[in-house]
Amino acid sequence: MRKLAGIALIVLLSACASQTTQPEVDDLTAGGAGSGSGGSDLMGSGSGRPSYFSQLQDPNSILSKRSVFYDYDSYTVKSEYRELVLSHARFLRDNASASVILQGNTDDRGSREYNLALGQRRADSVKNMMTLAGARDEQIESVSLGEEKPRALGHGESAWSQNRRTDILYRGE
Amino acid sequence: MIVIISGNFLLSNNLIFMSIHWFKTIRSTLILLLWWMSAPLHAQLNIEIFGGGASRIPIAIVPFAEENKLHQGITPVIGADLQRTGLFKLVDSSGLSPHVPTDVVYADWVNRGANALVIGRTVALSGDQVEIQFRLMDVAKKSQLTGLSITVPKTQLRAAAHRIADVIYEALTGDVGVFSTRIAYVLKRGNKYALQVADADGYNAQSIIEYTEPIISPAWSPDGNQLAYVSFENKKPIVYVQTLSTRERRAVASFKGSNSAPAWSPDGKKLAVVLTGQGGSQIFLVNADGSGLQRLSRSSGIDTEPNFSPDGRYILFTSDRGGSPQIYRMAVTNTETSNAERLTFEGSYNVSPDFSQDGKSFTFIHRNDSQFNVAVQEIGSRQVQILTNSKFDESPSFAPNGKMILYATEIDGHGILSAVSRDGQTRQHLSVQTGDIREPAWGPLPKWK
Repeated sequence: MRKLAGIALIVLLSACASQTTQPEVDDLTAGGAGSGSGGSDLMGSGSGRPSYFSQLQDPNSILSKRSVFYDYDSYTVKSEYRELVLSHARFLRDNASASVILQGNTDDRGSREYNLALGQRRADSVKNMMTLAGARDEQIESVSLGEEKPRALGHGESAWSQNRRTDILYRGE
Repeated sequence: MIVIISGNFLLSNNLIFMSIHWFKTIRSTLILLLWWMSAPLHAQLNIEIFGGGASRIPIAIVPFAEENKLHQGITPVIGADLQRTGLFKLVDSSGLSPHVPTDVVYADWVNRGANALVIGRTVALSGDQVEIQFRLMDVAKKSQLTGLSITVPKTQLRAAAHRIADVIYEALTGDVGVFSTRIAYVLKRGNKYALQVADADGYNAQSIIEYTEPIISPAWSPDGNQLAYVSFENKKPIVYVQTLSTRERRAVASFKGSNSAPAWSPDGKKLAVVLTGQGGSQIFLVNADGSGLQRLSRSSGIDTEPNFSPDGRYILFTSDRGGSPQIYRMAVTNTETSNAERLTFEGSYNVSPDFSQDGKSFTFIHRNDSQFNVAVQEIGSRQVQILTNSKFDESPSFAPNGKMILYATEIDGHGILSAVSRDGQTRQHLSVQTGDIREPAWGPLPKWK
């Protein structure tokens, strides 16, 4: 798990450094902490992958970035993640059959159920921004994992800052 | 089979008077007897007592005759049970070994400061059965207070010891004993999550279900036959109800969005749950089979962690509608409501409420600076008492007699079970060797109570 945390930290640092210029390959598609293992009922039929997935996974596209990070005790999408969220919103608008599940996450301080509700707010804030930008409500399910699926383990801001996040998962991907 | 040896099973006024008398007169400074350390070393859970009440009932428990021939001790279990409540002081019984009333030399026990004496014997019967006869003696009056004969299979010796501890506790305090109850919690080991049920002292743990995805918020049905909980096995939180005896389970809240925080109504017919499908995190009612969804709360904030009052008329819950998470109380009606009375005012973070069984108080988690501690508030007087001083406490739940609170805390980065007496005077850890324990919930009294 420490190794995973280390990888996640590198991803975070590179994500912060690059911002809107050179998108880095995110670890989420490789089964990062938030995405878990496949085979879920929620993830669609899976037979015959739509052609748009190549676009989503192109490491040179902003669409390959799937995580929005937050300040402490905040669910506001920061300006540096605005273009990322809007890009996914436009993609959903242009690909009517695509759909996402947005997973909100929190750090591990406090009540698990209250954190679940806080994580929901984070996912909802991304969903609202996406629907305002043209994605349809039916294309988006916002849920929360609360503090249950930390990307980084341990107490302390370096871990907490990675865990305050919303992950964008495409169904069937 | 249970036979009551004495007619004194129920508490008489005389006994109540005697108990109070003891509390008032025994004010010795207590050095804790590490008496239970003679318990078997294969114990999964260890008990530590940090503090001590000023007045405890001094009680001597003599190892029962032939007890050492059993694979499982009886009297160490009784002693640990009683001591965990913070209401008893165990008096050394070494060198004295009465097993029947005619063996008892009361002067010996007066000299050792014991007010009550437990004696008994075990008899191995044919097959796998063991008969345990015990008597609780009043040292001052030189008479028997109560007694019991229990015949159990050898596999049930701990359960028999808990029942004896219940009888002793009830005779000496006037409150119902909770040593025969069960607890539920989530054990995380590596990447595995197990929902476990154990005896109230942490022994006899059994996994109800195991996953590689998180489980949170176990909640006992009022009859103790089912557990509701939240599982993340399907990439989002979904509320399930599982029957303990058959392991059969069903999803009762699997709506779009997140589904969490199940709480049983006292009649066991409905569950309060928190859903996000209609915007925000709001409290709903569903029937225990998942039908009949009805919205209860309506606010622009977070409403979560519902908990029914014992009479079913109210729900305590956590809401940040006032700006910070605080505990509120709303009436349960047939219509949704935005009305609720705020109950907590001290500090900026009060969460996870759980009603006491008399409905007069609730336990919750209070944050002070960066510490999360177990607290209790009287509903009438609004008086708050902080019961712990650890760093990361969570999920407090009252014992069914309201005298103890079970919670999870963290030591050296590991989640462990802990219990604190209602007055905060006695705390102890019930810790496993490996893994993280979280989300404990104290189960109801067994049906025969």
